[in-house]
Amino acid sequence: MRPTFRALPGLVLSFVIFLALGQAQGQSLSIASSAPVTSIDPHYHTLAPNESLSAHLFERLVTRDAEGRMIPALALSWRIRDDRTWEFKLREAKFHDGSPFTAEDVAYTLNRVPRVKNSPASYSIYTKAVTGTEIEDPHTILLHTAGPYPLLATDLANIFIIPHTLGPDPATEDFNSGKNAIGTGPYRFVSYTPGDRIEMERFDDYWGEKPHWKHVTYRIISNDAARTAALLAGDAGIIEFVPPADLPSLRKDSRVTLSEVVSNRSIFLWLDHSHTGPTPFVTGPNGETLDKNPLNDLRVRQALSMAINRQAIVDRVMEGAAVPTGQYLRPGGFGYVPDLKPTAYDPARARTLLAEAGYPKGLRITIHGPNDRYVNDAKIIQAVAQFWQRIGIQTTVDAMPWNTFVARAGKLEFSVFLLGWGVSSGEGLNPLRAQLATWNPARGLGTANRGRYSNPAVDALIDQAMETMDDGAREKLVQKAMKTAMDDVPVIELHLQKNIWATRKGLVYQPRVDEATLAMGVHEAK
Amino acid sequence: MITWIVRRLIQACFVVLAMTVIVFVGVHVIGNPVDILISPEADQAERARIIASMGLDQPLWRQYGYFLWDALHGDLGRSFVFNEPALRLIAQRMPATLELAVTAVLFSIIFGVPLGLYAGLRPDGFSARAIMAGSILGFSLPGFWVGLMLIMVFAVQLGWLPSTGRGQTEMLFGVPWSFLTWDGLRHMFMPALNLSLFNISLVLRLSRAGVRETLPMDFVKFARAKGLAPSRVIFVHVLKNIMIPIVTVLGLELGSTIAFAVVTESVFAWPGMGKLIIDSINVLDRPVIVAYLMMIVLLFIAINLAVDILYMVLDPRVRLERKA
Repeated sequence: MRPTFRALPGLVLSFVIFLALGQAQGQSLSIASSAPVTSIDPHYHTLAPNESLSAHLFERLVTRDAEGRMIPALALSWRIRDDRTWEFKLREAKFHDGSPFTAEDVAYTLNRVPRVKNSPASYSIYTKAVTGTEIEDPHTILLHTAGPYPLLATDLANIFIIPHTLGPDPATEDFNSGKNAIGTGPYRFVSYTPGDRIEMERFDDYWGEKPHWKHVTYRIISNDAARTAALLAGDAGIIEFVPPADLPSLRKDSRVTLSEVVSNRSIFLWLDHSHTGPTPFVTGPNGETLDKNPLNDLRVRQALSMAINRQAIVDRVMEGAAVPTGQYLRPGGFGYVPDLKPTAYDPARARTLLAEAGYPKGLRITIHGPNDRYVNDAKIIQAVAQFWQRIGIQTTVDAMPWNTFVARAGKLEFSVFLLGWGVSSGEGLNPLRAQLATWNPARGLGTANRGRYSNPAVDALIDQAMETMDDGAREKLVQKAMKTAMDDVPVIELHLQKNIWATRKGLVYQPRVDEATLAMGVHEAK
Repeated sequence: MITWIVRRLIQACFVVLAMTVIVFVGVHVIGNPVDILISPEADQAERARIIASMGLDQPLWRQYGYFLWDALHGDLGRSFVFNEPALRLIAQRMPATLELAVTAVLFSIIFGVPLGLYAGLRPDGFSARAIMAGSILGFSLPGFWVGLMLIMVFAVQLGWLPSTGRGQTEMLFGVPWSFLTWDGLRHMFMPALNLSLFNISLVLRLSRAGVRETLPMDFVKFARAKGLAPSRVIFVHVLKNIMIPIVTVLGLELGSTIAFAVVTESVFAWPGMGKLIIDSINVLDRPVIVAYLMMIVLLFIAINLAVDILYMVLDPRVRLERKA
């Protein structure tokens, strides 16, 4: 009998361990993300993968829900006191090190953001409107701006709050090591292996709804096929950016659940407006140099737009992972224009317009584009080229890596080129100011206006909207500006990408407009 | 011997210098890292500020001068992307690549030499023919495809092995290694096999050819006539003689396996240097590219040196001084 008794505690122990392991497994989640995180420092690099990860550890004052609407996070509420003063009421919350969250942390964060050393893409673009902070009480802070600035809350929805106890100028490296990775978020930092994974544990003192998963592994699997394989093999519970090529088979696969939503990232063709004389990659039908830039003629731009069958691109090239669009915003965005439909496919009318513009024999055009940046980018321009051939435009395609492409696009070397724009703020002033406003370095307008489009009517409406603090009145101005601009075809909008996640059967994900993959949004199916 | 090594090292310095110049000019011609890294929403003033903060507003020769000056002081610069010293980034990823490459080379010896010996001793047997046919596949199938097939079969269909990633690691000399844990070994098996397929075929063919060439030679006949056991003839006399080309090739292949493990690393999400360098090239992270290539150049030089020394050990007829 004795040996049995001796073995008993061991048996009980191993049974308990077995149960515990089962429990732990039931509560741990592995996320396979598509792009490397460059830092744990939430103010170092304005990069989508970094923000997706940071949202587990840190929180903003204001954040966006899955649909892209602004909702309170660390701020309980906010209001505009006068044209130059915003008031934020803060909630009771605790940092991972146990210290309480107060207005001082907000002031500290706003002060730190522009001072991050060697930041390649600083968050100061979202804090520079703030000219002063004023702590009224530990849970009320006033933010001052130089002039009326209606987008302050929108901008602050990008800024993660860190505790002032980190001291002056905390180093980015100390975030990566975990020493400074202290926020109020629902997960605590456990470890970071660069280029590989980040491990996180649920934070038990979190003020809000406790997330379901106790332990989260955030893995980086950049290769599309490997990511899908990791899901199918059960090594990942959820994968992001499901490659369109895998969609048909995954839709039929009973081991997998897909969740998708139309995003705020539109794909479009920029047209060169900067050259009044000949533009580099548009010539006459026999290759002869033209005396002027045909793309400055509205009829040519309309013809090029009408010649493209967007639905065919969406169905065939994108495997249904997109929807045709005629504007930057997704339906429901702040400033979306309901009567601005995607341009209808009409090759006959396109030919007529081209002839009316003085090019009855067509043109020669080279379309440029990246081949490693957007979903199926090179295939999209190949499809467009074939549609243009049909209206008598001899089209060649030149796709290249993004690092070369972006340098050449910046030097205005192209005539027609593919780009995408994700409206991170979810409201229309963002694409209007960055893309469609006249290029103006002094005022910081038209920063991404790579075709150098310029329309005084649009500029005036943007200026007016930027001084309108009332949301309703501003939305009307934004819609009017967007309609005025898009009727002039500054760019040829093609489609809005869909964000697609795949989860193991039994899990569901609330798909997000902003492309972020959050453990908090992964639930067990009921 | 010493003068010969010193001469080699001086040559190495010039190679490294030439390489850095090529990288500087090359990256400069391709584009500007700031265009890639910067937030698309940043305005023109912010762009100019970042370009200046990275020193990219200076003329190229001056940027190169600063780089040389810092390099002489042991500082290869900080990554534009990660804001960490480039050397530290590479050192962080190096163990993962090293253990993968070394395992792959071990695989190629473990599988390649016996199979090649067998195919060389019984060249007309059915299995030998099958082995030779298989080695053609090893040469010609693209690595990424084989990698994905391995994942599909062993991870997705059979569920025997984990699909991707590095698995559990154990610290040794302050560095995490995965060959020390069972979980780590399970994770390493498929990528190492994938990486070694080409080398297995190579070693296999070299051994077979070597055996076929050596067997009819007089010393083998003499050894047999002397009445030595067949196993001693093959494993001592024949094997020793066919090892020289194999060591040469494997030495060089170790270098390229380390330097070009990138395909396998990205298919298996293996966090090694290959993935780092490809990501760095995509965003034109010059300090990392330069530091990585400098290291690879030095690595190749070191391996060549080691191979030359091994020659001497394996074949006393080789005299380096006279050769150099």
